[in-house]
Amino acid sequence: MTEPYAMRDPTAETEPAYRQTVVPPASLDGLTIGLLSIGKERSVEFLDAVEERLAAQGLKVMRFAKPTHTKPAPRGVIQDLVERCDIVVEGLAD
Amino acid sequence: MAGWRDALPSNGLLAVVKRDCPTCVLVAPVLAELAAEGTVAVTQDDPAFPEGADPRHDGDLELSYRLDIETVPTLIRFSGGREAGRAIGWNKAEWRALTGRAELGESLPENRPGCGSLSVEFGMPERLAVRFGDIPLKARRITVEDHDDPMEAAFNRGWTDGLPIVPPTDLRVARMLAGTTRAADEIVGEIPPNLIPCTVEKAAINAVMAGCRPEYFPTVLAAVEAALMPGFSMHGLLCTTHFAGPVIIVNGPVARRIGMNWGLNALGQGNRANATIGRAFQLIVRNVGGGRPGEIDRAALGNPGKYTFCFAEDETDPDWTPLSVARGIPPGRSAVTLFHGEGVSGFVDQKSRTAEELTTSLAHYLWHVNHPKLCEFGGALLVLSPEHYLIYKSEGWGREEIHNALWTALKRPGRDVVRGAGGLAEGLEPGREDEIIDKFREPTFLITRAGGPAGLFSAVIGGWTGMRMTGEVDPVTKEIGP
Repeated sequence: MTEPYAMRDPTAETEPAYRQTVVPPASLDGLTIGLLSIGKERSVEFLDAVEERLAAQGLKVMRFAKPTHTKPAPRGVIQDLVERCDIVVEGLAD
Repeated sequence: MAGWRDALPSNGLLAVVKRDCPTCVLVAPVLAELAAEGTVAVTQDDPAFPEGADPRHDGDLELSYRLDIETVPTLIRFSGGREAGRAIGWNKAEWRALTGRAELGESLPENRPGCGSLSVEFGMPERLAVRFGDIPLKARRITVEDHDDPMEAAFNRGWTDGLPIVPPTDLRVARMLAGTTRAADEIVGEIPPNLIPCTVEKAAINAVMAGCRPEYFPTVLAAVEAALMPGFSMHGLLCTTHFAGPVIIVNGPVARRIGMNWGLNALGQGNRANATIGRAFQLIVRNVGGGRPGEIDRAALGNPGKYTFCFAEDETDPDWTPLSVARGIPPGRSAVTLFHGEGVSGFVDQKSRTAEELTTSLAHYLWHVNHPKLCEFGGALLVLSPEHYLIYKSEGWGREEIHNALWTALKRPGRDVVRGAGGLAEGLEPGREDEIIDKFREPTFLITRAGGPAGLFSAVIGGWTGMRMTGEVDPVTKEIGP
């Protein structure tokens, strides 16, 4: 009996075969919404408009920003979002 | 040899030979004589050789591999279970000293070099290391069932760029790792977008899949390291909606050593090193970093160079300053330069005969990178063909003169390029009408040389729009390590 043909995995091996998405909350009551600017031109104006509309509904909004859209968010920004927000809206990417 | 340790004498002699070696045949009578007194003869090929020596057959070469036999015959003395001395090839004095027999091989010549051991033939050390478990690969093993096809399994798992890959078996990965002196578990860097630490082993697996030969591997590693330099902003290049992807230009002795193409069709297909080095880099970003088109790679159209885009610079003219040298790498060293490039755009000028005419003509063409009215935006990589270069060279111009003349010719009056000018909405912010504006940001305009001997055609590879970000998005150069 020959050994089975085997290859080595070229990927990061960090993901399970199927990734579960987070279930959206039934209500926004009492939750904190983070608005993350990716640092691209005009993203602040876009998020200003989003903030205005959310605030008008009486929701709690916090603002965050990546220094530049050309690089991933610094770990500190990601940790801030995780610690302080329940929901994140990210923009603007064209 | 199953139970190879059992073949080793605690106190005594062991000789490794093969019939295919004339020196071994020469010493066969000596071995028969020694065997009578307990010397163990081990044969790599013919199980019956040497006659009269009651040979043990090292059919799987494990004993030869474990004892680091490089040459046959090799005679080893063991004492107290440990190696106490070895003679390589036939040397009468050495064999006599090792055996303690003053009359040994009286009729034989004084000295005969041996032959290569079967265990060190090309590719065999890696094959044996894999077989005997000495290559500690850590990546997950993916088993392919008999009814499946390895290449289809690779497609199904999302490992490929759309073209078939070479299945990364242990042996192929081990051979790829032999192309570098770096340890398999060394971290090359964190690959965007997911910032996953990439080991030399993971890079090797992807280089195998891309079709690289082991000697290309240091160039692949250098390309990965260059792309991870903060000034290159690989993350942004990967995510962009623009066409651009990484373009790799190779300089230095490595280009000739691994057979890269800088001549005819240098930017096209047909050369294994050019094709697979660029592809290996892209597969690493895809598989290790998680950067896949349609997911975080948001290119509206992309370009064919995102499969692979790698070529060498033509350094055959000693008057030409190589790109790597112009960018600070000492002459004679090998290096990669990475540029954020879109596809190839062909510049045709068969009428210019002077350096000045050609410069003006090229500048007109280069104005069109991104858009004729966009300045200080995407850069450009100009690939001068030999025939266009000859026009410059005939007037004594080198890299510096060409670069400076083009730089000056590329300046635009602000009033011509602000928004609305010429009836075109695209352009620079209003308020710069009275300035003289450079077409490119200085670090993003590169000149290189490649191409076949005939054809008054040069190539312009337009740069990524992200290059407008001063100090954040620039080409990078990295020396190629061992």
